[in-house]
Amino acid sequence: MSVLVDEDTKVLVQGITGSEGRFHTNGMLEYGTDVVGGVVPGRGGESVEGVPVFDTVDGAVAETGATASVVFVPPAFAADALFEALDSELALVVAITEGIPTRDMSRVYRRLGEVDTHLIGPNCPGIITPGETKLGILPGDIFAAGSVGLVSRSGTLTYQVVDNLTARGIGQSTAVGIGGDPIIGSNFIDILAQFEADADTDAVVMCGEIGGEAEERAARFIDEEMETPVVGFIAGRTAPPGKRMGHAGAIVSGGGATGTAASKIDALGAAGVPVGKTPDEVAEIVADLH
Amino acid sequence: MKLHEYQAKGIFSDAGIPTPRFELATDVDEVLAIAEETGYPVAIKAQVQVGGRGKAGGIKLVKDETEAREAATSILGMDLKGYTVDRVIVEEAIDFVDELYVGVTLDREVGRPVLMVSTEGGVDIEAVAERDPDAIARVHVDPAFGIHHYQARLAVYRAGIDRTVARDVASVLTTLYELFASRDATEIEINPLMLTSDGSVIAADAVMNIDEDALFRQPELAEMEEEATGDALERQANEVGLDYVRLDGNVGIIGNGAGLVMTTLDLVDHYGGSPANFLDIGGGARSDTVRNALELVFADENADAVVFNIFGGITRGDEVAQGINEAIEAFDELPKPVVVRIAGTKAAEGRELLNAERLIVAQTLEDAVQRAVEAAQEVRAA
Repeated sequence: MSVLVDEDTKVLVQGITGSEGRFHTNGMLEYGTDVVGGVVPGRGGESVEGVPVFDTVDGAVAETGATASVVFVPPAFAADALFEALDSELALVVAITEGIPTRDMSRVYRRLGEVDTHLIGPNCPGIITPGETKLGILPGDIFAAGSVGLVSRSGTLTYQVVDNLTARGIGQSTAVGIGGDPIIGSNFIDILAQFEADADTDAVVMCGEIGGEAEERAARFIDEEMETPVVGFIAGRTAPPGKRMGHAGAIVSGGGATGTAASKIDALGAAGVPVGKTPDEVAEIVADLH
Repeated sequence: MKLHEYQAKGIFSDAGIPTPRFELATDVDEVLAIAEETGYPVAIKAQVQVGGRGKAGGIKLVKDETEAREAATSILGMDLKGYTVDRVIVEEAIDFVDELYVGVTLDREVGRPVLMVSTEGGVDIEAVAERDPDAIARVHVDPAFGIHHYQARLAVYRAGIDRTVARDVASVLTTLYELFASRDATEIEINPLMLTSDGSVIAADAVMNIDEDALFRQPELAEMEEEATGDALERQANEVGLDYVRLDGNVGIIGNGAGLVMTTLDLVDHYGGSPANFLDIGGGARSDTVRNALELVFADENADAVVFNIFGGITRGDEVAQGINEAIEAFDELPKPVVVRIAGTKAAEGRELLNAERLIVAQTLEDAVQRAVEAAQEVRAA
């Protein structure tokens, strides 16, 4: 079982005719994802990898009954595509696009509060329920079906932790990359709440990193609201203040009281969440839970 | 992207915010000429994109030519937190009675811009926030509507700003918000906003950070980026589209994906080493990107060995290995030991392909990091 996506999820790809969109549509189809349509303004009537293309999300939903969308639209036009997806009342939108201006995301986030859609990302690898479906760019073959949920701010770090889990024979219920931007559609708490409500997820791995206070807030949520055990990992323990480490959001600001790895590890520890020092140690702790 | 003080001040001034008179100078004679024209006393301020310039000796108030010459000589060319000072501004000194703080930043937790005002200006505002969060009045702005004038007034009154200047401070704050929104800033602040004895306000400093993802629609600001100075290696990285962050240690690090690279840094530390840098080459590992990345770390005199950590993901391990093999052909001799670790899709095939005569091929992340730490120690000892 899983959260947010399963084999019945009907998926649209916004930006399907671009090189990224086309490439990853193929990857999703190979994995077994039910990609029912693509959306590119002005390209309606064409087809990509056998998938019909529509001019509008609204038209695509009416025709295909799509319930989710994966967005590969380039940064300058991505916010427009996201507004279109939100206005079409899809259950789930996954924004893969990297480099969307923060001001645009601030407006999208504002709109998100008015609709029932879940938005994952932007600047994220997507979401996968192993053996059933994947929406995004995650490499399917490192995952294995199982009962450990995973939520992470970072793409390749997710893969690293999954690799360590799978190597120890620990499968995953669903893995969600929430993205490393300053404004993201779903935060740790949104996804942790999904895992908590999922009867078939019996442990969760949460991979955070320096910057912001999302991990500290998640720690409070785990402490107060969760029965399902959570194991943590925090990247950036050695990052100096004031240096942005790749992700726009990954920076310890001058003051240093919040946003540091230490404050996140302490907060998680206080919530009873063991934090692995290495990805493999995380897998080891999860293995011990089983 | 952080603008220089003089760039941000120019933008503020064009938008109608009062600023002191200032001019940019690159040598001592220029400084003296401007100071003479401005009239002593003047402030000489290093233009580097780091905070805490004053404490580090990069800002001096001078009252005559002798002092100005001495200050200009010491500031121009000085190393300020890793940046060489190649320009200063010479600015009229302001006779102030009080120092305030005004700023606009993004509140990540609610996804909205927030106005900030405090009577505790002229000091590190983050330290104020830590010591006494209530000393800073905060008002969020709904990005769908933009700023309402009352919100600026609310922030100013809540902060307890003197009623005689409240209107002026609110007006500065409104302008700051408008610049924040129209110029795609992620942070904008005046610290201190000085209150003069004749009851007016003036922006004595100017900070403006621009969202790099929005530079495509901010051509004027994008040009300023090219003027920006910085660490030579970090600049060289920018030229080839890479992000190089210099650190203090001696183990060079290259990887794909910010989280994984940070994790590699942490592991280097965990195994008793110390990272020399952060370098994320993004998705895949095309041979030209790999070569550029290696050149950067080879050029970093602090790095004694390199660990190359790639998680294949969508890009297959065998393709990554080919990219790395091709890249090292460009070097007759690898000047530093390079440890390579490939994981993920087709990782075993990739490891098989790697040129093991020139590279140290590691199996796991832990193994790779430990070997790189050892190699760096050996180089250091030799």
